[in-house]
Parts: sequence; C-alpha cells; structure tokens
Amino acid sequence: MMNNLSVDHLTGIKDLTAEDIELIFKTADSFKEVINRPIKKVPSLRDITIANLFFENSTRTKLSFELAEKRLSADIVNFSASGSSVKKGETLVDTVNNILSMKVDLVVMRHPNPGAATFLSKKIGAKVINAGDGTHEHPTQALLDSYSIREKFGSVKGKKVVIVGDILHSRVALSNIYCLQKQGAEVMVCGPLNLIPKNMKDLGVKVSNNLKEALEWCDVANMLRIQLERQDETFFPSLREYAMLFGLNKGILDSLSKKIVVMHPGPINRGVEITSDVADSDQSIILQQVENGVAIRMAVIYLLASQIER
Amino acid sequence: MEKQVILNDKHLELTLKRLCHELIETHNDFSETVIIGLQPRGIHVVQRIKEQLQNILKKEVTCGTLDITFFRDDFRRRETPLIPSVTNIDFSIENKNIVLVDDVLFTGRTIRSGLDALLSFGRPKGVELLVLVDRRFRRDLPIEANYVGKAVDTLLSERVSVEWAEIEGQDKIVLYSKENDE
Repeated sequence: MMNNLSVDHLTGIKDLTAEDIELIFKTADSFKEVINRPIKKVPSLRDITIANLFFENSTRTKLSFELAEKRLSADIVNFSASGSSVKKGETLVDTVNNILSMKVDLVVMRHPNPGAATFLSKKIGAKVINAGDGTHEHPTQALLDSYSIREKFGSVKGKKVVIVGDILHSRVALSNIYCLQKQGAEVMVCGPLNLIPKNMKDLGVKVSNNLKEALEWCDVANMLRIQLERQDETFFPSLREYAMLFGLNKGILDSLSKKIVVMHPGPINRGVEITSDVADSDQSIILQQVENGVAIRMAVIYLLASQIER
Repeated sequence: MEKQVILNDKHLELTLKRLCHELIETHNDFSETVIIGLQPRGIHVVQRIKEQLQNILKKEVTCGTLDITFFRDDFRRRETPLIPSVTNIDFSIENKNIVLVDDVLFTGRTIRSGLDALLSFGRPKGVELLVLVDRRFRRDLPIEANYVGKAVDTLLSERVSVEWAEIEGQDKIVLYSKENDE
C-alpha cells in the first residue's frame, strides 16, 4: 500500500486521489481506536506547532481540529478574526507570515473567500489544511462524511448518496461530490432549482427537485443547512415553505421502501431541513460523524506532518 | 545475501514449549496475567504461545495486540511515513501482570515505544518481556528481556528473521548476512 499522500497541503478534495482517501481512512481507523483508549493521546507530533486561523465563525470544526491536534501532542495557537489585526487592515499573507515567524509548522485555516487556502499554500512555507473556504471546499468534512458511510456500509463504492438543500452556497456539497465520486459512489443533489448550481450535470451528478423521489433512490441522505448568511438575495418565499418541500420528517422517512441512513454536517436547524425525531432517530448517524471528525482530522494532520523535514 | 538457520521448526517448537513452562512457573494459571503481542510480528509469537499455554492449562488465556506506530521515536526521521496496524486490547490492564511479546529484541527502541503505548491503557501491576530472539550487546536503551528463546551474537549489518508456516511457509529463525562483510 502507498503510505504517503500525493499532495503537500489539503486545500480541497479535488486534488486528492482515491489512494490518498483510502490512506487517510486507514490511518483514521487507528486513531479512532486511540481516541477510545483511557488515555486518548499519542506523542507523535510533540515537536510540531499548529496555528488554527479562523477568519469565520465555527464551533464544531474548530473544536474538532483542536482536539485532534491536542491528541497528537502538537502545540497549538488559536486565532480568530474578531479581535485581531485583520480589522486594522492587515492582509491575509501578512497576518499569516507574522504568525509563521513564531515557527509554526502547519496552518489550519477557515476563511470566507473561496480559494483562500490554495492562495495561502502558495505563499507560505508551512503546511496548509483548509477548514472551509467560503462556498468552495471543506475537505475534512467530506472525508469524515465518507468515512462514516464506509463505517456504516463497509464501503463507499456503489452507494447512492443524495445531498439535499442549499447546494449553491455549500462547500460541504462540493467537497462531498468530489470525495464520493472518487470512491465510486453515485451522487444526486436535491433542492430548489435556484439553489442548485448549473455545473452539476457536468460533474456527473444527478439533479432532482422532488425530495420523495430522491430519497427513494438513495442509500444515504446528507441533509444540508440553508446558508442564510451567504445568501444575498431571497431564493425562496419562506423557511416554512422550504421545510414543507425539502425538510426531512419522520412521515417521509417511514414511507420509504427501505431504511436509509441520514447524515447532517451540522449545525442543525431543527424543524427546517430535518425534524427532531429524524435527527435523533436510529437511522441518523449525526453524532458518529462528529466522533469520526476527530479521527479523520488526526489522520490528515499526522500524514501531512510526516512530510515536514527539519 | 547469506542465510543461516538459527532454529529449525523442531527446535523452534521446543523453544516455544520451554518458554510456556517458564511463563507458568511465574504466572501460575494466568488468572492475573495477560499477554500482549507487539505489531506487526510479535502477534504470531503470541498466537503460538497462547495455543501451547491453553493446551497445558486447559483454560482460556487473555491475549491482545498492541501497535506502537504513534509512539515511535523515529517519526519524520524515516524515508516513508509509518503506517499503523491494529491494536486490540478489549480488556482492562489495570493491576494486571503483563507479558509483552515480540519476535526479536535488537535496539530496544520498539520495546520502549511499546511500554509507552501500553500505559495509555492504564496502570498494570508489572510488565515483563518475552522475545524469541535476543540480539545480544546491540541495545541502544537499557532494556532486557525476562524470557528469551535464543540469544544470538550478530553484526549490525545482519538481519534476524523469525518466519512462520502460515506466512513464509515454514517455522524457522534465520540469520541473513551480507556476503564479504567484515
């Protein structure tokens, strides 16, 4: 088996090969066992310093990265855009270079601008992991989603996955499409047609605007949140109407001919894209996704850090 | 590459039997003792020892496997990254006697990592080390085994390999040395 990633940074799933993804999953298997030990920590990254740069709000992802880094014994510094010099007019490269002068080896960055992570990876000497860049990609989320599917079914290959909701503004959707396709899964997107980008057919993705039909087709439904904060115009009349047409409730779920698996990258808007009884049902693997997130991020950091030369 | 068989299948079986009896001398019926094999090659030794012990004692002996990849001291000092194997310790090691098992004891660095990895699972009462081959006088760290199958004197350039019927086709211990060496 190949035991080195083909990339120097993780800026998007688009750059990864199927072998890279398999290597990350294999490594994550070991870390999942580690984080279930009484002492959930290994000393591998004792001499590595990681900066978490969050230019955009995050709870889950930031916490997950921090835990992953701590469980690998890395030293970490945290930075968030509020209360920083960004407000005083400093550019991204300047901010990061200042932080790197403090001898940081790896940068985890979330940024509102698409392509920010790729841009940064070309400008600085440290490793870069994209923790979400605007509406572009969110690679570790897609990896943990696929990993959770693999854990549930044994393999991602041949599975039918529908991504429901605001595809246009979702970095989770794009990364998931790349990630699932590279592993041989079939992907469909479902949502209001004005929230589905025109390039979906070119990506080889099926499109539907009928939730019931989409759910009948799939093995797994990944329910996305409506990203109101990224919408600069009104795409549908009301959240209530959206919930009626595209919200997943127990009624629809039970009316399907087979038991599908329900996923959600969080944060959940209960009662909008998914009702509480579905989110908390035995068909939902939402909390397993969160647990797997730590293992996946440990694997990605471990594999990238192993390329660092002193 | 020159090849010299240190122990053939018959001798290896005798050695394993002897090690089992030595273990029973100290650990009686294994009610307070568990055996943990180090990945990747120690687990085969454990498999054989477990079979023998269960034959003699007529009871189940608790065994686990431990991977030490994340505890190694040569992370990022090697050409290729280290890929971990499976750890399977589905029992508590708290206050247990532990017999750590590996095939070859050489620099002692693997055992050092193994001790660190082991302590992530709790605080054992005591830890002992069993190895099939002890490459004497080649230690980088102050580590010695409690139970030794066979002690051998080797050159740094030589390689000792414990081979098993289920993998390599035959049970034996082989010393490989480069031709025209020293």
